Amino acid sequence: MVRPGGRLRIERRLRQPRWLVVAVPAGSLVFAFLASGLVLVATGHDPLSSYRQLLDAAFVNNGAIGQTLISATPLAFTGLAAAAAFRMRLFNIGGEGQLYVGAIAAAAAGLYFGGSGGPSAFAIAAMVVAGCAGGAAWALIPGALRAFFKTNEIITSLMLNYVAGYVLTYLVFNTESYWRQTTGFNAAVFPTSKPLPPSANWPTATIHVQGGVPLPLGAGIALLAATVVWVLYRRTRFGFEVQVLGDSPRAAQYAGMRTRRKILAVMAISGALAGLGGASQDGDFRHTLDADPNGLQKQYYGYAGIVVAALGRYNPFAVLLVAFLVGGLQNAGNTLQGADFPSGLVGVIQGLILFSALGGELLVRYRLRFARRAEATPVVEPA
Amino acid sequence: MRGITKRFPGVVANDGVDFEAAVGEVHALLGENGAGKSTLSNILTGLYRPDEGEILLYGRRVEFQSPRDALDAGIGMVHQHFRLVEPFTVAENVILGDHRGEGRSFRLRRRAIERRVGEISRRYGLHVDPRARIWQLSVGEQQRVEILKALYREARILILDEPTAVLTPQEAEALFATLREMAAEGRTVIFISHKLHEVKAVADRVTVLRGGRSIATVQGAEATPRSLAALMVGREVAGPERVESARSVGDIVLELEDVWVTGDRGADAVCGVSLAVRTGEIVAIAGVAGNGQRELAEAVAGIRPPARGSVRVLGRAIRAGDPRSAIRAGVAYVPEDRLGTGLAPSLSIASNLALKAYREPHVSRGPLLRLRAIRDRALELIARYRIAAPGPNAQARQLSGGNLQKVVLAREFSGRPRLLVAAAPTRGLDVGAIETVHAYLRDAAANGVGVLLISEDLDEILALADRVAVLYEGRLLGEFAAAEADLEEIGLAMAGGHDRR
Repeated sequence: MVRPGGRLRIERRLRQPRWLVVAVPAGSLVFAFLASGLVLVATGHDPLSSYRQLLDAAFVNNGAIGQTLISATPLAFTGLAAAAAFRMRLFNIGGEGQLYVGAIAAAAAGLYFGGSGGPSAFAIAAMVVAGCAGGAAWALIPGALRAFFKTNEIITSLMLNYVAGYVLTYLVFNTESYWRQTTGFNAAVFPTSKPLPPSANWPTATIHVQGGVPLPLGAGIALLAATVVWVLYRRTRFGFEVQVLGDSPRAAQYAGMRTRRKILAVMAISGALAGLGGASQDGDFRHTLDADPNGLQKQYYGYAGIVVAALGRYNPFAVLLVAFLVGGLQNAGNTLQGADFPSGLVGVIQGLILFSALGGELLVRYRLRFARRAEATPVVEPA
Repeated sequence: MRGITKRFPGVVANDGVDFEAAVGEVHALLGENGAGKSTLSNILTGLYRPDEGEILLYGRRVEFQSPRDALDAGIGMVHQHFRLVEPFTVAENVILGDHRGEGRSFRLRRRAIERRVGEISRRYGLHVDPRARIWQLSVGEQQRVEILKALYREARILILDEPTAVLTPQEAEALFATLREMAAEGRTVIFISHKLHEVKAVADRVTVLRGGRSIATVQGAEATPRSLAALMVGREVAGPERVESARSVGDIVLELEDVWVTGDRGADAVCGVSLAVRTGEIVAIAGVAGNGQRELAEAVAGIRPPARGSVRVLGRAIRAGDPRSAIRAGVAYVPEDRLGTGLAPSLSIASNLALKAYREPHVSRGPLLRLRAIRDRALELIARYRIAAPGPNAQARQLSGGNLQKVVLAREFSGRPRLLVAAAPTRGLDVGAIETVHAYLRDAAANGVGVLLISEDLDEILALADRVAVLYEGRLLGEFAAAEADLEEIGLAMAGGHDRR
């Protein structure tokens, strides 16, 4: 038996040098730009000027960073939500639905407390709390099923996304609920949701670069949330238990850790983070409950958050950074597409970048090597 | 194998090793943990590629690209850490990766495979139900599956890494007969061990490794345990000998009363065990793995709730199925499965040393961990227990078997236990590490800890225990005062040949 020589083999790395953590993503990015360069040349575009435009639109142009922050904020929340759960190998794929339910609950709080004439800060705080509670409650459904019946949380949390989507649409389009605008001319023609009262609109801070970048309150809350998650997982007994459970549930049980409580708590935290993203959508950007099936539900923030979490290696601060970069990419895509730059092409470039970034992760844990030409392996019968 | 050298980051595991085994012989590879035995066998089975040196198989130079090449060339390996898929049945595991025989067909002919597996298992006396799932089996039974796997593939060279660690003397004897028979059939058996009397009993020739180098190859018949030990460690060593120490046996620490425990398969694994352990006493439970040892140990440690009966520590009942209540009551538990249960393999050594103590005030303040205290404590324990580790932040899985056990012991002892349950505490450890573990167990008893030692190693039991009871099919058979116990009689009871009381 002769094996062909020069096979490419994938081997597990015996150790992971620190420089790889930087070199591999950088290399992946270069690869992605080279690959999408080919696509651009093939479609008659100049890759270099396209990339220049991309960069400008994402981070350089006037107002670019502001737009990027708007795209990045929900990704930061859903990314943190996924990272918080995945750390315990609890695969909460339900960030999407938890975000909707958070948005529903926060909108109710905003409409109720914002319209009551109380201080704006109170209405906003109520929205934050309601968003967390809504997301957490929705996440606790798969959490409880997992904790008490060992149901696979991937499937239950994923399926609940669709349920949450339909509930969201139903509340405004199919029933005269608290969230639906029932008075006025437009309401009679087309179902819409009630606008939030002004005191329930979240404020924006301005950073004085690039002629003033508006920083949404949600972005600030995301930064705070990342810090809380980091402290919780790195410095607390709770975080220690989560680490042990994520690595070896048997060892955790052996050490007397309460597995069920931890599953419930981590799912609740994860859901609360996603729900915060929903509250921020209401308060920061949409100023109403966006129930349109082609609106919030077409953004797929929850699913994108899973990618963001993976690229950030479940580190909360890295998740923020990745959310910012991916947000930039999305924002640039929106700006770039036009008559001579089809939106499909933007999608190709975005896809290639994400694909190589995720594929590159393989190289951190494994290495490729070319096997030398093999000798013939003799087959000898036993004496 | 000529001049094999393999380097890992920071260590040279094999340094120009020469090794030669002939057709039809049982060749023992002897050496302490870390001597390079496992690395050498991993090279021979295609798992690693040597940095230098060459492998000649039946006179021809071969280069294995992968374990499959080695398997195809007829080299089978029974690993010390089993390579089994837990949710699969025995038969499924046996054909796993078999790309030439039954495993090649798209539709598995379950019955035919099970019949074939059953035949081999009967022929070699490796009793195991082909339809049982791996997770339901004891460690000892799982090892039989590993041996079956290699036999099923008709390996012409069979490498066994510490195969007897989980067998009774009688079973080991049966295995030796199997190995000799296989050698007589023209196979080559490479037997990795650090148990001298076994090597002496079974091997035609013995190659001794020390510090990654091949030290000597000697004829089995000419060697004595003493001479082999000297070669292995480079100095004279005493075997596990009974050390009589003045221990004062006091009050009852552990009291089991008519304890019944249900096993994973839903059957009664422990049937009406009653037993008492007093402070300062080492009580051993002898028995072949799979006779209820794990279930009994887990019931005492509060992990597995007993179906009936009571477990009392210092007179207070342990809350069933609540390990934390057992830990609080002062029960330390050294599980037989170190890496999967006793440790979290990907976490740092420091985290693993704090696995139970993290709730205590000197390690955490309110909800916050005192990371510096955890690190300092780890440094201190690493030094005190002489754990050979790159540092407190190294992953537990990077450590060798002996050092893993030291981490577990260091953690369990540092919790100031009143009762220590040690299950197979020296399985897979080398002579030096065994001495250390035994010393720790004796120290614990001398300090007034009640020790429940669950072991299959009769030498160990006779060296350490004050009293011995034999667990067979979930029942305690006979109880012997260790000082006057007879090895043969206990061995007989372990095999179920003793009258039930």
